Amino acid sequence: MNNENKINSSSLAKLARLARLEINKDSEDNLIKDLNEIIGFIDQLNEVNTDNVHPLSSVTGHELPLRKDEVIDGDINEKILENAPEQISGYFVVPKVVE
Amino acid sequence: MSELLRLNVSQVLEGIRKKEFSAVELTRCYLDRIEKTKVLNMYLEVSADRAIKMAQIADEKYKNNTARLLEGIPIGVKDMFCTESIKTTASSKILENFVPTYESTVSKKLWEEGAINLGKLSCDEFAMGSSNETAAKGNVINPWRSEEKRSPGGSSGGSAAAVASKSALCAIGTDTGGSIRQPAAFCGIVGMKPTYGRCSRWGIIAFASSLDQAGPLTRNISDSATMLKVMAGHDPKDSTSSLENVPNFNDFLDKGVKGLKIGIPKEYDRKGISEEILKSKEKVIDFFKQNGAEIVNVSLPLTKYALSVYYIVAPAEASSNLARYDGVRYGLRVDGDSLDIMYEKTRGVGFGDEVKRRIMIGTYVLSSGYYDAYYLKAQKVRRLIKNEFDEVFKKVNYILTPTTPTTSFKLGSTQDLLTMYLNDVFTVPASLAGIPGISVPVDLDKNGLPIGVQILGKPFDEGGIFQVGKVIEDSANFDLFSEGSYK
Repeated sequence: MNNENKINSSSLAKLARLARLEINKDSEDNLIKDLNEIIGFIDQLNEVNTDNVHPLSSVTGHELPLRKDEVIDGDINEKILENAPEQISGYFVVPKVVE
Repeated sequence: MSELLRLNVSQVLEGIRKKEFSAVELTRCYLDRIEKTKVLNMYLEVSADRAIKMAQIADEKYKNNTARLLEGIPIGVKDMFCTESIKTTASSKILENFVPTYESTVSKKLWEEGAINLGKLSCDEFAMGSSNETAAKGNVINPWRSEEKRSPGGSSGGSAAAVASKSALCAIGTDTGGSIRQPAAFCGIVGMKPTYGRCSRWGIIAFASSLDQAGPLTRNISDSATMLKVMAGHDPKDSTSSLENVPNFNDFLDKGVKGLKIGIPKEYDRKGISEEILKSKEKVIDFFKQNGAEIVNVSLPLTKYALSVYYIVAPAEASSNLARYDGVRYGLRVDGDSLDIMYEKTRGVGFGDEVKRRIMIGTYVLSSGYYDAYYLKAQKVRRLIKNEFDEVFKKVNYILTPTTPTTSFKLGSTQDLLTMYLNDVFTVPASLAGIPGISVPVDLDKNGLPIGVQILGKPFDEGGIFQVGKVIEDSANFDLFSEGSYK
């Protein structure tokens, strides 16, 4: 499994699409090489027996606490919009979407 | 160099209290120093006016006898912490103009105790890297043997270099797989990664949420203990932050190691590690023995899989966290004919190569058909690694390892990806297990570059780690002002 290249030009395009990343044609070959190298490396986990092991997603061990859903701050629309690349009348602007 | 720059935290607090100098004088010294060390490329943003204003307030507080815990202490902030009305970029082009409307909990706690904000420090882009070479604004140069242009380590490279070059008295950083401890080791300072959950992550730009932790980078153990006391504690805004009591960490420092059991895991003696670093570890073992500790050989056989687990879990979480950079609400936008093309172009231009690689790996391991084989598998091995630490900590109180396999390397010298990733081989296991760890400087190698060792402990036993670290500090007598440090 380690020697088989899992990423090629077409699977790279598919991944890039999923990740919404434009990949430069010039850097494509290097990226394919790097990704296959990393995947080859992480494939070594297949050596570890994980039968009946429960996956660990958080080390805290405590239950996530719940709180009331209430407004504790806000009224800073204008300040927030100052960071927007484009805004009109208090809204974020995106390119036209036509279905 | 001004004599004031030689003082540590407790000396500064005492000096201002005794009116030997003022907080404003001290802050000016640091601002001058930042000018003189500019060539090291550490600060992305210097908040000079704000710093002076904060120092004036500090002097008022001393006058009124209402000085707080860190009154007048000048601090540098890694650019991963959101700072209200101060540009925060995560060293990325995609956030080059982002000005947060809020302050991270950890930095806020520092300012509320009277610390002075000197400015924002460079790091690897989105904290992804071990050499500070992925920063959008260029490499940070290690202050040691600076003419040789060596890496300060990463990702908190700017933070470590600022403390080592006396361009900040203390700094804060974040550690996801070693990003505080490894640069601390490269720069000859103390770097503490607390237990996961000890410090709030609120307002820290997210990289890998199940691993990210904030911590202090300081000149010595006592400064680290003082800083962590202020930084730590529960925050309702971070659901993973702990309710655990935050002790006065300085109370631990004089307790010594007599009767403690220190474990030495054999798996950390891997090939490729510098002989001199192994020698420093042996030297520290002797310190422990001389001070009455018991040395116990232990085994953590899954250590060799930790990096693989890390390079699945961290990119997976990163690919999800970084989805928010879409050119709509903040940051860079590159126009495109449709919404999707705009997203793709923005992210294609805005992210650097290492960030793109990790987003792609993360997307791969989370994609349908691969999720079980990679992501779930990694989470299972992560549990086994944590269990292994739990078992070892039934036999020993602390674990001693080298912090890094090598000392600082020349910038641009590491071309191979996996060689670069190996920098974190000794720091990643503790990150996966969520346990605290510290890097303490011990020696200079034959090239005059700092060597650090790492102490790991049980969850929430940072106090004990400081206690053990202090014995190393007192015995090693490492001098941050010695030949080869930045003059």
